[in-house]
Amino acid sequence: MNRSVKIWMAVSLIIAGIVSLFASSHPDGFEKAGEQTGYIKSAASYLSSPLPDYTLPGVDSWLSGSLAGIIGVLLTYFLFVLFGKWMGRKTK
Amino acid sequence: MHIPDGILDVKVWAPAAVAAGAVLAQSVQFSKKEMDHRAVPVMGVMSAFIFAAQMINFPLLGAATSGHLIGGALAAILFGFWPATLIMSTVVAIQAVVFQDGGITALGTNILNMAIIAPGAAALIYRMLRSLRLPLFAGAFICSWFSVVIVAMAGAVELALSGVVSFGLAAKALLFWHTFIGIGEGLITALVLPFALRSSFGRLRDEGVVQ
Repeated sequence: MNRSVKIWMAVSLIIAGIVSLFASSHPDGFEKAGEQTGYIKSAASYLSSPLPDYTLPGVDSWLSGSLAGIIGVLLTYFLFVLFGKWMGRKTK
Repeated sequence: MHIPDGILDVKVWAPAAVAAGAVLAQSVQFSKKEMDHRAVPVMGVMSAFIFAAQMINFPLLGAATSGHLIGGALAAILFGFWPATLIMSTVVAIQAVVFQDGGITALGTNILNMAIIAPGAAALIYRMLRSLRLPLFAGAFICSWFSVVIVAMAGAVELALSGVVSFGLAAKALLFWHTFIGIGEGLITALVLPFALRSSFGRLRDEGVVQ
């Protein structure tokens, strides 16, 4: 990891792990429009995810959202890098 | 703009998934030919950053409504359209599978909207604006705003085709909120972009590692 990747990783971890705790919990524009026009009523989840709604099940405090965010950031980075190694091997 | 399960009709989400898959196959082909492996960690950390930034819902107008960054414009300006689709798809897929944000049947549609249409619209408009020689901030703001509004329009079309709401009603409500969410997208993108260009992202571009 070069220096700027480390810096961006640190910033991302702070945003997902700390700043996210202060995010608005109001419905977003898509959900709000769905409340106004009715389509959100049929919303469902066919897949149960390990960290539903950015929370760690069984953890009750602010730590739940914070850890979920940190896990998400790390997972996104490593998945992309894994995927990218497979794709972007050749140097032009 | 994460569409959950249960809203879209199969005749919308199935073709959307096929279309998204076809574009992503192209993106992979492009990457195999054009993407230098040195760019991978930088793109990876940008997808992690976009994931994090998407968690930050900002309040709108003092209304009981919020919005958050998509990030498609940011990724497209930094890396070009094809890599941006892969960066955004990683984020959207993880959100659906791990965090239940966006339905699994709607995953193709959400990828089409946020990982393909958003960076696509941004890249196109950014290129169109180039001849105007606007300052970086203005160009980034404008193409980010449009990317959000165009995704909202796409959402209205998908909802209308699913028969859950009329196009007019969906478009009116979605466009209203996303006009404001787009301002947030524009501001965040324009503020983050200079920092991203100053770190190794910009260097990679100078060296021709990314477009």
